[in-house]
Amino acid sequence: MTADASGTKTLFDKIWARHVVTEDDGKALLYIDRVVVDDVRAPQVLKNMERRGLAIRRPDLAVVVQDHSVPSFAANVLGGSVFIEATRAAARRHGLRLFDVGEAEQGISHVVMPQQGMVLPGSTYVCVDSHAPTVGGVGALGLGCGSTELEHVLATQTMWIRKPRQIRIRLDGQLAAGVSAKDVILYVLGRLGLETARAAAIEFSGTTIAQLPVEGRLTICNMAVELGARSSLIAPDETTFAWLASRPSAPRGDMWQQALRVWETLCSDAEARFDADLAIDCSGLEPQITWGTTPAQVMPITGVVPDMADTSRAGLNYMGVDPGAPLIGRKIDRVFIGSCTNARLSDLESAAKVLAGRKVAAGVKAVVVPGSRQVARDAEAGGLRDIFVAAGFLWGEPGCSMCAGGGETVAPGERIVSTTNRNFEGRQGTGVRTHLASPATVAAAAVQGEICDPRPFMQDR
Amino acid sequence: MEKFTQVRGVAAPLLIDNVNTDQITPVVFMRSLEPDYEKALFGRWRLAASQADPFVLDMPRFKRAPILVAGANFGCGSAREVAVWALVAHGIRCIVARSFSEVFRESTLKNGMLPVCLSAADQPVFEQIAVAADGHAAFEVDLVTQTITCPNGRSFSFDVERNARAALLEGLDDVALTLRHRSLIDEREARLAQEQPWLQSVGP
Repeated sequence: MTADASGTKTLFDKIWARHVVTEDDGKALLYIDRVVVDDVRAPQVLKNMERRGLAIRRPDLAVVVQDHSVPSFAANVLGGSVFIEATRAAARRHGLRLFDVGEAEQGISHVVMPQQGMVLPGSTYVCVDSHAPTVGGVGALGLGCGSTELEHVLATQTMWIRKPRQIRIRLDGQLAAGVSAKDVILYVLGRLGLETARAAAIEFSGTTIAQLPVEGRLTICNMAVELGARSSLIAPDETTFAWLASRPSAPRGDMWQQALRVWETLCSDAEARFDADLAIDCSGLEPQITWGTTPAQVMPITGVVPDMADTSRAGLNYMGVDPGAPLIGRKIDRVFIGSCTNARLSDLESAAKVLAGRKVAAGVKAVVVPGSRQVARDAEAGGLRDIFVAAGFLWGEPGCSMCAGGGETVAPGERIVSTTNRNFEGRQGTGVRTHLASPATVAAAAVQGEICDPRPFMQDR
Repeated sequence: MEKFTQVRGVAAPLLIDNVNTDQITPVVFMRSLEPDYEKALFGRWRLAASQADPFVLDMPRFKRAPILVAGANFGCGSAREVAVWALVAHGIRCIVARSFSEVFRESTLKNGMLPVCLSAADQPVFEQIAVAADGHAAFEVDLVTQTITCPNGRSFSFDVERNARAALLEGLDDVALTLRHRSLIDEREARLAQEQPWLQSVGP
């Protein structure tokens, strides 16, 4: 434990200590409060458990969610239906709660779980998905794992995990207009690269974080995974509690008060020690965009593609961009707004602010996929859907869509500006060139037909 | 789980940093419940390769390689365990990397595969030997003695957690091992039910 002799603890230490069942050989057996099984893994995981004769220890703490394979548009199913049907059948066989396609709660697991109040501060959450740490945005400890590990979690309600190094990243400064949480985490990735936080537990703090709404904090913790982090946390505060208070599965009445008393202790002690303590100034930050094929190959929107060592040549060639040249003005073929990074209501609001009264440029295909049916309902009620559709966006069914190789088939060589989390080669289709950016930057690119600075589009709005 | 004691064979070098699981197993090869894992392995890179410049694992001398020599942060990105299954399907039993993504590393251990990180001093030396051997001579990985012996006789030692080592050597079932702590799990569960009663079901 990082706690020093005086007994001070980090936020991570506090959640960890409460959940440790036993320790052995440098690993702890952690009790897991919430398990999500998604539609890519559910068929195999649950079938394997049957083959191994393993029972689910706490079916009442698990949820099965259809997200990765949900067709965004009925016309383009991309083989997802076989997973959806097998997931539905497996969930029924095991009597597990299922958020099925078309049901009110369905959506991307890391969007749905906090939104429903099903993942709460101080709880542990496991999903066979690297982006499980997203829930750190509400102060929950999210852990990704493999499928076989999930069988273990379902059978024992525990997971063995090496106690990670702990890194605090303080983000300070007021964000300028038109700059969002996505820009912040892209900037952090550009500064720190893919290895600084490998296998570590990150806590984000500082004035930038304190000013962010919960949805922005979820975005930050979501993409901290690309830093290589095992988990990412933000201490819950009044903003978090207010956001959670009305959620369907959040505790109520006396139970809420009781929970609150515990949640208010969920912060790192003033003297707590971290293995590394980093500080990044976010004041004056510009909108950010990726130029290469890792989420750490980031530049300010008004900057130029850096001329880096040979190791980034492959990325430059794949992306068809030139060192020393700007990205502003590059023609684009598509845009996508969605994914567990940026498909919450505030993300759609930020894009709609740019799009209101404007049209997607000729020749650009624009897709928006809300992160959950709840987000879709709220967006419809608030008139956001009308703004997107009037601008020429296609409005898809909630799910992972074009982030996970689904949703739409994209032709090789097409250039897409996307609110997703990974610009890996082939991630959005063979030969597809992905630039990661904020919802506002993506919306502005859709209107302009080329990569551009979103800030002029947001003036007086 | 398949046991791991000794593995002997050629070592295929893939000395690229940050190889992600989208590269190891692209989604496009995973669109069925029973995909062809071997075909999926590095599917895009293998399709893009040519006879003149084949992908390393398609070169005749590396086709049966049980050892992969990898760069830093191997297996980063998506948590998909299919990446490990595809490597297993190809016959890879041991990966010697500069470093691993943590989730990927845990998944190798669940599949009878040994993830090895040598010391910072040894790794480049080992890489040089593997590249020089070029698939023409066998290496031996011994989990009992925790050493890798190179064709030139040079031997490198490595660390692996005691429990993971025992599970690999015996091919032990992870759930059965954990359930030896069942009473401790029961105790912790009961205590958490007292301490955080609001988490006792996922709710409405």
